[in-house]
Amino acid sequence: MNEKDKIKTLLIKKPLKLDCGQTINDFPLAYETYGKLNDKKDNAILVFHALTGDQFASGTNPITNKDGWWNYALGPSKAIDTDKYFVIAANVIGGCMGSFGPKNINPESNKPYGTNFPVITINDMVNAQYNLLEYFKIEKLFCVIGGSMGGMQVLQFVSNFPNKAHTAIPIACTASHSAQNIALNELGRQSIMADRNWQDGFYEEQNKQPDKGLAVARMAAHITYLSKAGLQEKFGRKLQERDDLKFSFDADFQIESYLRYQGSVFVDRFDANSYLYITRAMDYFDLTKKFGGNLSKAFEKSNTKFFIISFTSDWLYPTSENREIVIALNAIGKNVGFVEITSDKGHDSFLLDVPDFLNTVKNFLNKSYEKIS
Amino acid sequence: MKKEFHNIAKLITKNSKILDVGCGNGELMKYITENISKDIRGIELSKSNVQKCVEKGLTVIEGDAEKDLKQFPDSSFDFVILSQTLQAFLDPENVLNELLRIGKKAIVSIPNFGHWKVRLHLLLKGTMPVTENLPNEWYNTPNLHMCTIKDFENYCKQRNIKINLKNLKFQNLFSELGIFILEK
Repeated sequence: MNEKDKIKTLLIKKPLKLDCGQTINDFPLAYETYGKLNDKKDNAILVFHALTGDQFASGTNPITNKDGWWNYALGPSKAIDTDKYFVIAANVIGGCMGSFGPKNINPESNKPYGTNFPVITINDMVNAQYNLLEYFKIEKLFCVIGGSMGGMQVLQFVSNFPNKAHTAIPIACTASHSAQNIALNELGRQSIMADRNWQDGFYEEQNKQPDKGLAVARMAAHITYLSKAGLQEKFGRKLQERDDLKFSFDADFQIESYLRYQGSVFVDRFDANSYLYITRAMDYFDLTKKFGGNLSKAFEKSNTKFFIISFTSDWLYPTSENREIVIALNAIGKNVGFVEITSDKGHDSFLLDVPDFLNTVKNFLNKSYEKIS
Repeated sequence: MKKEFHNIAKLITKNSKILDVGCGNGELMKYITENISKDIRGIELSKSNVQKCVEKGLTVIEGDAEKDLKQFPDSSFDFVILSQTLQAFLDPENVLNELLRIGKKAIVSIPNFGHWKVRLHLLLKGTMPVTENLPNEWYNTPNLHMCTIKDFENYCKQRNIKINLKNLKFQNLFSELGIFILEK
């Protein structure tokens, strides 16, 4: 089976007007589903992935042969129980796992789009994925859920389609990308663009790959996903397969070796231009912009029940930013719950085996489903 | 369920909109949801209690009543409940003001320091009273601002807060707990 056969795609014929002004149509949206849609079609959950995720949220990713990115949370009998719920996950547009992205061939030039790909936004991503509801003939989702950039998509989805989800679980995210987060993304982008092989974004057609730049971007970003305490506990000053310092620039420390490894495996599965486009979409995300700075207005028409989750050691999307969403919802009397989970695993907590988090999601989903079904 | 909660629940109108401030493990909220009104949510500081509320399927916001009530608009709830926590706040006056701002009515309960057992304990033993309702020692009690029912009534009168109270003298001596409906 070649790669293409392993990826399900929906060809979206309906034109989609992007925030940048361009209109796209006949574009592919890659998706995966888990569990079964019941006859009432009331058990569907749309999962949104984070920056480097994809549609393979559970089981084994058939392209990388590694575990799906949300394997801890999603699957039979897990927090998001696929014995009970029908889960849809799509690859965002701009991504590189089968959805319309900069790797795709531009019909005008017969070459990959590269940086001629339009700049996309979180709003565009969500509007593209909305087509999945029509495709599966789902009138109203039971839940929209996602962490980090996935959480931003949750917020955008509820704002755009106020009555299309009974419940929404934005996790470890923000309603407006902070200066610090824009700065960190810019660091990653500059690292990619500084790689000679990047070639202004047209590396594919020259058979080059800006692997070094992309790996450094990933290394830098990876640090931001962990906490200081978590890093210290896991690595401390432990040395990598040596008894003493080598007085060189080899990876003396385990943390160095770990980061290098993370960078090297990342480039095998991720496209450098997609990294640029998706980080840009995150930076452009500011749900308050359309509403004169008033976040509450973004949710005014919604009757969705919100459940917001943050983590104590997450300094990338800290509790304070998650709490702002809670405050905005309370200010207009919307139904919102909020929990801060204790974890030293940093921003990545939502992807890892954090039992308090997983139980919380499970309880919220199951109790909410009892009420609607 | 605690008798106090039954008494609080009796004061609440059917299908009204309610906020339970310091909702604990959600016992009262669950009872109200099932019997009186589904439109109820809670604020709770303790993470383990928040988890227990989520397990019960209740809407709970992890937060601190001293800081987090300001996000709610004026008169956004028909009832705001505060059960036996007023005395534990750093600034109870501020919390009471907030309760009366966001709730059309506030239901507040306080452990009564004027109860005869408490008075007798201090009179005869000469040590800080430890009772069923006040189980902690002076050095580990969370209660920073103990008061009597009479103190509380005086407080409300001075500020023109309407308080439902009959038989003050009797209550102040014989009630271990005071449960009040307050209105601005």
